[in-house]
Amino acid sequence: MEKFDVIVVGAGPAGNAAAYTLARGGLSVLQLERGESPGTKNVQGAILYADALEKIIPDFRDSAPLERHVAEQRMWLLDENQTCTGVSHRDARFSQQPYNRYTIIRARFDRWFSEQVKRAGALVICETTVTGLLKDDAGKVIGVRTERAEGDILADCVILADGANALLGERAGLRPAIKAEDMALVVKEVLFLPKETLEARFNISGTQGVVIEIAGNVTHGMVGTGFLYTNKDSIAIGIGCMLGDMKRQQLTPYQLLEGLKRHAAVQPLIDGAEMKEYSAHLIPEGGYRALPQLYGEGWLVVGDSAGFVNAVHREGSNLAMTSGRIAAETLIALRQAGKPFSAANLAGYRQGLDESFVMADLKKYQGVPELLHENPHILDLYPRFVGDAAREILTVDGAPKRDKQKKILGELARRRSLLGLLGDAYKFWRAFR
Amino acid sequence: MNMLAEPLLPSVNVEEKLFQDRYRVDVGRPHIKLRDAAVCTACAAKPCTVCCPAGCWRAVEGGGIDLVVDGCLECGTCRLVCDEANVDWNYPRGGFGILFKFG
Repeated sequence: MEKFDVIVVGAGPAGNAAAYTLARGGLSVLQLERGESPGTKNVQGAILYADALEKIIPDFRDSAPLERHVAEQRMWLLDENQTCTGVSHRDARFSQQPYNRYTIIRARFDRWFSEQVKRAGALVICETTVTGLLKDDAGKVIGVRTERAEGDILADCVILADGANALLGERAGLRPAIKAEDMALVVKEVLFLPKETLEARFNISGTQGVVIEIAGNVTHGMVGTGFLYTNKDSIAIGIGCMLGDMKRQQLTPYQLLEGLKRHAAVQPLIDGAEMKEYSAHLIPEGGYRALPQLYGEGWLVVGDSAGFVNAVHREGSNLAMTSGRIAAETLIALRQAGKPFSAANLAGYRQGLDESFVMADLKKYQGVPELLHENPHILDLYPRFVGDAAREILTVDGAPKRDKQKKILGELARRRSLLGLLGDAYKFWRAFR
Repeated sequence: MNMLAEPLLPSVNVEEKLFQDRYRVDVGRPHIKLRDAAVCTACAAKPCTVCCPAGCWRAVEGGGIDLVVDGCLECGTCRLVCDEANVDWNYPRGGFGILFKFG
């Protein structure tokens, strides 16, 4: 039976970052991907964070398929009265190279990343689903089982980069079952428009792009958010809600998406666009408190499979790439020191993560999932209030401003008691400090 | 939950959306199965019929479930929302299933 130093399961950002770094570090690497080619099973908004990729491939900008650099970020609160209240941040420095964030199309980007992995010396095999992990009598992971005939393959270490569903770890007893309460379901469409039309609608030119993050009652009281990103000649639009909420109500995900697309603030931006793909994906949004065991005898878990998502800042792919890189660096250092890939030695992976932004950010927001789960009104009452208050203030109708102010505050008091307001403020501060 | 808002949202034919997607269907080898059809019939809530983003799960007359996985987007939602753990969920064989053009 063939044996490798490391088998990487999955060719998303985490798996590719790990396989690339390992191959460059001189280890023999087999990467298995179930898709026809890398990227055909993967879904993301998608925003690429240059910093995380630069630390792996410093000159990625020379060859990676990038759509637009993010020149402007908008944050919108939408509600069913067709209001849109928000802030925009456009900074000329975001349009100076080297750019910090890019929109990408994952099927294209992942294929490019995989080419770099192959060039670095890893063996990449697609169209192969890993169905289980092989263990020795002591319980150490020693390889993987694939669906192919004689499909068992051995390795000194297996990196699980198998994505949000994390079936392999669960079935091998390495982690508890994933809970609906910790996962968000996102549905997305890619809408094509002529480049000139798109640039005129978003007030952009060259490679400039706009990112819109959306909250408010478009999720109909469920904990969730929406997004709208500009690619070169297409728009990615999507909406996601926590599955724990979604299973307790009667709106389908595609109805929610249709509601977002028809919102008065969104519809003119996508008017006349041609929809060329509809997709769906889970995002692990349980945060720090939902993290599984991250390593053990002969195995490591990276990216979405480990639950590395900063839901507050809508970041995931950078945590994925960084965790993949740190996992690989841990293995390379152990191999160079002649040490085995035992659980005790692989603890260095956790240490590396702890010293990085990955764990720092996950820890910082560890109270947020619980806050939103227990206080769903925060994403409903306040956005709605902001919209109503703005409309009151901006409607010039002869009423004195003091009366308007009184009316707004009275309305807030009607919707939430002073104690409730103070309680929310305190809980908010605790979760986000 | 704001149930009153429901009528405000349009009904959507998800098949029209899925028509834009590329698949290589593994004919005769569905990757998702019911463990026990009777459990679905006895289930009143049927969250799978609401949450599945591809509309693969349909309630049928008599209280049962009709599951057709050809349009599956392989997200894993049905497995997680089923309180009865009645979903036998696997990824399709390598190369089969949804093939995202953009992702």
